[in-house]
Amino acid sequence: MLEYARWKYILICAVLAIALLLCMPTLFGQDEALQIATRDRTAIPSAVQADMEKYLREKAVTFTKTYLDNGVLMVRLPNVAEQLKARDSIEDKYSQGYVTALSFAPRMPEWMRKLGLRPIPLGLDLRGGLYLLYQVDVQGAVKQLLEGYEQDIRRALTTAKLPLNDVTTITDPQTAQTVGLRVSLPAGTDVDQVRAIVAKTVPDFTVSTVTLPSGQAVEGRLPQAKIRERQDYAIQQNLTTLRNRVNELGVAEPIVQRQGLDRINVQLPGVQNSAEVKDVLGKVAKLEFRLDDLNGNAYEVAQHGHAPIGTKLYYTKDGQPLLLRREVIATGDELTTANFTTTQDGPTVNVRLDQRAGDRMLKATQANLNHPMAVVYIESRRETVTVNGQKTTRDVTDQKVINNATIRGVFSNNFMITGMTAGEARDLALLLRSGSFAVPIYPVEEHAVGPSLGKENIEKGVDALEIGMAGVFLFMAIYYRIFGLVADVVLLANVVLLTALLSMLGAALSLPGIAGIILTVGMAVDANVLIYERIREELRNGVSPQASIRAGFEKAFSAIFDSNFTAFIAGVVLWILGSGPIRGFAVVLTLGIATSMFTSLMGSRALITLMYGGRRKPARLLI
Amino acid sequence: MEFFHKATNFPFMATRKVSYGISLVLIIASFVSLATRGLNLGLDFTGGATVQATFTQAANVEDIRAKLIATGFPDPQVQNFGSSRNVSIRLPPQGPQQNGTVIRTQLENVLKSVDPAVVIGELDVVGPQVGGELRTSAIWALTATLLAIFIYIVIRFHTWRLSSGAILAVLHDPILVLGVFSFTQTSFDLAVVAAVLAVVGYSLNDTVVIFDRIRERFHSNRRLAPALILDQSINQTLSRTIMTKVVTAIVVVALLFLGGPVLRGFSEALLIGIVAGTYSSIYISAAVALDCGLTAEHIFPTVKKEAIDHMP
Repeated sequence: MLEYARWKYILICAVLAIALLLCMPTLFGQDEALQIATRDRTAIPSAVQADMEKYLREKAVTFTKTYLDNGVLMVRLPNVAEQLKARDSIEDKYSQGYVTALSFAPRMPEWMRKLGLRPIPLGLDLRGGLYLLYQVDVQGAVKQLLEGYEQDIRRALTTAKLPLNDVTTITDPQTAQTVGLRVSLPAGTDVDQVRAIVAKTVPDFTVSTVTLPSGQAVEGRLPQAKIRERQDYAIQQNLTTLRNRVNELGVAEPIVQRQGLDRINVQLPGVQNSAEVKDVLGKVAKLEFRLDDLNGNAYEVAQHGHAPIGTKLYYTKDGQPLLLRREVIATGDELTTANFTTTQDGPTVNVRLDQRAGDRMLKATQANLNHPMAVVYIESRRETVTVNGQKTTRDVTDQKVINNATIRGVFSNNFMITGMTAGEARDLALLLRSGSFAVPIYPVEEHAVGPSLGKENIEKGVDALEIGMAGVFLFMAIYYRIFGLVADVVLLANVVLLTALLSMLGAALSLPGIAGIILTVGMAVDANVLIYERIREELRNGVSPQASIRAGFEKAFSAIFDSNFTAFIAGVVLWILGSGPIRGFAVVLTLGIATSMFTSLMGSRALITLMYGGRRKPARLLI
Repeated sequence: MEFFHKATNFPFMATRKVSYGISLVLIIASFVSLATRGLNLGLDFTGGATVQATFTQAANVEDIRAKLIATGFPDPQVQNFGSSRNVSIRLPPQGPQQNGTVIRTQLENVLKSVDPAVVIGELDVVGPQVGGELRTSAIWALTATLLAIFIYIVIRFHTWRLSSGAILAVLHDPILVLGVFSFTQTSFDLAVVAAVLAVVGYSLNDTVVIFDRIRERFHSNRRLAPALILDQSINQTLSRTIMTKVVTAIVVVALLFLGGPVLRGFSEALLIGIVAGTYSSIYISAAVALDCGLTAEHIFPTVKKEAIDHMP
């Protein structure tokens, strides 16, 4: 007789039960929805909800239901046409204080939502939305680090009373990457001592002495691992900042992920209003608080271009020149909170500094009562300009004084910034809150995908997939009879498991993902075919039915394992190295192989053992 | 029901010169086509011009597309964008002397004929830079994948001869798919890239199953001639190879005929790849290993060695 351990049955049942629950939300499907949020990210009051409902009815928009989800109003609608109509109507009347986004609302019952279950998010190609790809300036991250080291080295050498000619950066000729610093020394300097000091000041450096035509020099190079570490840090930090900003926008199910070595892609399903989003997401903004310099004449400096030592020339928003002191009292990085409010002085950003910056601010305001202080806003961006018909990009940094006011009283870590329009103040508060980028990021690619096309795509694709699967089920049942039916059950279980895994991971399903599903179905069928062909072979050789089943599973195992594992390796490598569509494919393939190995080997064996494993030996198998 | 009621006995190894010849001719033809005609790269790769327009009423996307083609813009992509009144239009590059203002004037004429009060946004010419980068990253990812597979097969089967057979058979299929796409000038977009990856997966799967049988046959019959063992292995797995392909083809054919225009290129690539993959697994992979001098000694260097796992 055939035996199969009881714990395996229990395991299979438990896994299937959990998987069924996890894929329920996806099975329930989603409705088109309109998401409405206030511009200043405050919760929508229920009075406004009632107003909007009434207004939508007046405009003859048919909607299923409205509800508040974390202060955001969701309007569920029966179809795309009504969704677009609702959006156009709401934008006509409410565009002043509210932003809308086309979205989806899951149709599942309330208790599932409370359990935190979610349907599989659909990729942008299937549901529409905004796609943005940012390039992170990782070279800049290394340069920043080296600039800090340069200061340290100069200081250390000055303290040790050692002379130096210059400190320059070393560029790797092959990768054009900045990899270290070169300290060139005047003749007669104690090179070994300099070398020891450089090594001590920057422990990360690999230090060496070189002789150049111009004289002796000490070189410090960052090991490749350190460079990589620094770049990774910069990307991680930028990812966090981007995520914070996306969350501030209140978009449903956003995807922010690293892509390749130095890129970050952001997918905002349902968002079509690209201008506003791009403005907030990509902005590289810094804030600096500096004291005015009252000794120099800003207008003269603006004409001659020579700012006195210790000062720097800035311009206000109106284009007025202004001389500020070089030392910075506090920067935007040292903020703990920033909120937008409206006071009698107009739109205001309420700022709270951290302890250290607060102390500095306290000292500065104590010492400089009735002295003006300026708030400098610095923004970097990459511009595309056309020179002689050629498109080139250049980096631009705008620095402007957004506020210049006399210090009326002593303050430390809590104060207000005024002097902006409501929109500027709102964006500034958001940017300050979400943190700044470690290094600048620049958009490489951006496009919006229409949702109507996505809807049509997915419906046709899913229909075709269902018909194809039905064909496979029928064919298997005809070709392998009872065993074919077992294979069908197992295939179904595989699709359930895969759906569950995908919705648990929240990995968005896109067109290449569907390719992965088809390949997975093929592999799952293949595993069953391998087993059944083996059983048939054993039967042909005159082996008894039960022994054939056992031999079939055992002998087919190595073929199934090797073929699946090879595909698994391919999937993992593509997952790690691939980007965009290749990765989407690889994710589904890798997960699908795992589930199909489980269902084909364990599930189908369990079922067949149940059917043929009893003490009464079957005379023949329906295979 | 069974495709082969009796055990088949095709002499695959004896006729391998013929199959090499066929494959070589097809591969050369593919390369020639790729070199002379190239691929008809979709907008995903080429970039092009994009523009957004807002109509006063819900726009008829199909109508706009037809009018654009009539004006001489080949293969335009017209989509609703946000609302039924907003339309996004993407045009492939218009040849080397692509001129933004000329395109814009022509576009304006077309769109104004649909709706005189249409508001046309700024015309952006998108460069193919990202497409090129994806190509490099895809090639790297594929190379690394093939290398990993090569190593895995060496570890599992103890010989580079089978690895070489597998890699050649696997390379064979995407080349043919690309060749057909180049010859028929079917639009090559990102979905097709995914399909080509799936094709590689299928072909590999088949090849490894045959190799597994080869290992098993060598294990029980060390004295038989390698060519005979390989023939037996392929024949014994033939029923399974064809069965699996038929099943997958059912899904792919459904996608091809019912999946709509977006999935057409994708399913065509899969179908061509499945046929090519089945052929290469049967006719090429084991034959290459034989010509590399594969014998039982390579897989089982010592006489007593348990190579087949006994796991559940």
